[in-house]
Amino acid sequence: MVAVNMTVNGKPASAELDPRTLLVQFLRDHLRLTGTHVGCDTSQCGACVVHMDGHAVKSCTVLAATCSGSQVTTIEGLANAAGLHPMQEAFRENHGLQCGFCTPGMIMTAVDLVHRKGFALDETTIREELEGNLCRCTGYHNIVKAIAAGAQAMAAEGPAQQVAE
Amino acid sequence: MGVTKIGTAVRRKEDQRFITGRGQYTDDLDRPGQAHAVFVRSPHAHAHVRGIDAASARAMPGVLAVLTGEDVAADSVGGLICGWMIHSKDGSPMKAGPHPALAQGKVRYVGDHVAVVIAETLIAARDAAEAVLVDYEVLPAAADTAKTQAADAPQVHEVAPRNTVYEWQLGDKAATEAAFARAAHVTKLDLVNNRLVPNPLEPRVAIGEYEPGTEVFTLHTTSQNPHVARLVLAAFIGIAPEHKLRVIAPDVGGGFGSKIFIYAEETVCVWAAKRVGRPVKWTSDRTEAFLCDAHGRDHVTHAELALDERGKILGLKVKTIANLGAYLSTFASSVPTYLYAPLLSGQYDIPAIYCEVDGVYTNTAPVDAYRGAGRPEATFVIERLMEIAARELGVEPVQLRRRNFVKSFPHQTPVIMAYDVGDYNASLARALELIDYTGLAKRKRESARKGLRRGIGFSAYIEACGIAPSQAVGSLGAGVGLWESAEVRVNPTGSVEVLTGSHSHGQGHETTFAQLVSDRLGIPIEQVSIVHGDTDKVQFGMGTYGSRSGAVGMSAIVKAMDKVIAKAKKVAAHVLEASEGDIEFKDGRFSVAGTDRGLAFGEVALQAYIAHKFSGQELEPGLKEGAFYDPTNFTFPAGMHVCELEIDPDTGIATIDKWVAVDDFGNVINPMIVEGQVHGGIAQGVGQALFEGAVYDSAGQLVTASFMDYRMPRAADLPSFTVDMTVTPCPSNPLGIKGCGEAGAIAAPPAVINALTDALGHENIEMPATPQAIWRACRNTPAQLAAE
Ligand code: FES
Ligand code: FES
Repeated sequence: MVAVNMTVNGKPASAELDPRTLLVQFLRDHLRLTGTHVGCDTSQCGACVVHMDGHAVKSCTVLAATCSGSQVTTIEGLANAAGLHPMQEAFRENHGLQCGFCTPGMIMTAVDLVHRKGFALDETTIREELEGNLCRCTGYHNIVKAIAAGAQAMAAEGPAQQVAE
Repeated sequence: MGVTKIGTAVRRKEDQRFITGRGQYTDDLDRPGQAHAVFVRSPHAHAHVRGIDAASARAMPGVLAVLTGEDVAADSVGGLICGWMIHSKDGSPMKAGPHPALAQGKVRYVGDHVAVVIAETLIAARDAAEAVLVDYEVLPAAADTAKTQAADAPQVHEVAPRNTVYEWQLGDKAATEAAFARAAHVTKLDLVNNRLVPNPLEPRVAIGEYEPGTEVFTLHTTSQNPHVARLVLAAFIGIAPEHKLRVIAPDVGGGFGSKIFIYAEETVCVWAAKRVGRPVKWTSDRTEAFLCDAHGRDHVTHAELALDERGKILGLKVKTIANLGAYLSTFASSVPTYLYAPLLSGQYDIPAIYCEVDGVYTNTAPVDAYRGAGRPEATFVIERLMEIAARELGVEPVQLRRRNFVKSFPHQTPVIMAYDVGDYNASLARALELIDYTGLAKRKRESARKGLRRGIGFSAYIEACGIAPSQAVGSLGAGVGLWESAEVRVNPTGSVEVLTGSHSHGQGHETTFAQLVSDRLGIPIEQVSIVHGDTDKVQFGMGTYGSRSGAVGMSAIVKAMDKVIAKAKKVAAHVLEASEGDIEFKDGRFSVAGTDRGLAFGEVALQAYIAHKFSGQELEPGLKEGAFYDPTNFTFPAGMHVCELEIDPDTGIATIDKWVAVDDFGNVINPMIVEGQVHGGIAQGVGQALFEGAVYDSAGQLVTASFMDYRMPRAADLPSFTVDMTVTPCPSNPLGIKGCGEAGAIAAPPAVINALTDALGHENIEMPATPQAIWRACRNTPAQLAAE
């Protein structure tokens, strides 16, 4: 057993864990944050993407024990008291989801993409940057639209959105 | 808050929980005291199980039980069933081998269920599963669809000599032969319809529970049709009486067919929960999903099309070997037969068709319905034949299609189906306009200047959806009826709950169905909630597949709403002191004809429940009605998809430049959701054509068992799609709906391959047309091909 201490969605979280425990298992099974999903066992699908210290990571590929001291944000921590994150709103507005299983990972990836590449995202960039995220339902068409729109909306909200995390 | 009309692109009600991570998928649930199951699976495609030594596994910390086929037999757990009886040409019933939940002496595919370990934690169960020692006597495997019927092929089931489950036929053989004898031209085609793994992003999960006090079992499961699961588990597998088994399918992360079937894992979880006295949870990992979820397609086909000198089709004959895998999955037998051959006529007037299908066993995972189920395979046959025939005859492919389109309706095909309505010229004309067909030659020249080869491919598809009239499918061998149920409960405050036997796993029923209710009852969509996926709440239902939720599921809701309105009119008549015949219902208001006296829907609901204004003897209080709707015909969505792509001969990479889809789904409730269904279907069809393929080696090992090896379509593989619609309302259901869920997956593969072969200048390419295959095909000269 190892002790882990991290901050998840702004709250301290600690536990004694089997050292094999993955970050996604810690989030889902110990903290009951089940919005982060597991869609594969080879780090290919991106259903498990969360932010760790401000960057997107696949939480199925990170041992919880290595996250001590980190700041983790999951899909549950993205909306704030003021309401939905603009990227969440954009996914709904553009029908960027069907079964919703890939959606938390897609949204977390998309927010990270905007942080890295800015607010004006063209279609090619978005499609290439979704390399690590699979969706079986939407054919990506509306996800791409949603991300472009979400990025614009984030620009409109200005820097406040950036500090929120 | 206004009324949401049918036909508006209202945003989805269910999205709030999904975009905030508050969905409740089965794996998100944990039951008090829950233990974890891990299956010991066969690493061999074919072997006798000589013994299982579980002693050390049982002794490991946290292990509650290790159960095997012997325990299944001891508890008389019935085998898994196939619910559709197919008869061979000679009248004999299909030859179905046993399908135990845990192997009884023999394993028949890699991943087959040998034992289950149940332990306190997942990690303990995994460790113990590794410690179960199984003594296998490995047998040679029959893994190849085309070779499994050979006399010397290994025998998968004793009951099925030459691994042949059935030799089925449809159509008039003599008439077809006569048509071929008259033909001026015959186009021949050999093809493989590649095997696919459905891969909904959410893997399957089952949690079985047993409450000894009430003797009630509960199964939470990732199902497209929880009532059918309950029926099969109760009536055939026999692990619990139907009234003591509750099946709940909460949010389900995609299905595409693979979550229709009743598998070993959920059976074992329910059964083991009682044996172990604890809730038992199993969550599939992706590798298990690859190995054990029912796969799709896997046909080897020879087809011939006979045409007269003017290019009019005279006849079609098709011979298909359909791989059914190692066991017959729940609906496996129907997919390459009644869901396939009746669609071979496509959008064309074909006077004579004859189709033979051999369903065969192999040492591979079971094969069953995957998005489109039979209809993509049929469409691929006829649309490849049309394209090749046009090229052979030197006619424009579009022209050959036009010449042969069915133009008057109803149209009886020689293979069961009676097309009710359609306008195939309209969808073709619109598609040509949207793709800018007249500019094609110029675009081809521009591509050539860049060293690229541009091709265009058409796919005129038709499908039979709205599955299905119960009597009709019963006469074809189905074990169930395919109607749908609905119950409309109006609350005293005027809000409405609709209980449906349909199931949503991405299709957006909570929105579309509520939209229908809002429109019809004239109440805000916010006051409507849709309840589905729980056998304790919904009395019975047949679930969601075959693009049936709109045409069948919503028709049931309409029927129930009509009854609600009729009853509410009686209530209103009493309250308004008018005669019932004078009460009109419009825009959410009951009024006395020709007066300004009236009541809002919610006021009538309240009156129905307080029952102060009428005698309870005369009129029952309350406002709740149910209906079962059985369709009178299949529906026939049809359309034209056009793919335009460029090949880079140096890399073999095909880049789809444009995709135009013009579909006729009849009336549309929510165009945003319908377009989304089309997008997703196209992506899966493009996946089949260019990327995806489940490959077994000669020993029966699945060599594509992860997302590393099985190439799923990703965002950068696809363009944005141009989706448009033409409308001929369906005459056989009250809403005029045809269904849209499978169209893209049906239409897309031949569109891609027709475009590729146009670009290549020859027909010599199979699915999946990977860059390597395309690169090679680019190097094939006509002389090389002739020499082959
Ligand atoms: S679960 Fe698939 S990448 Fe993490
Ligand atoms: S919405 Fe279902 S996997 Fe993306």
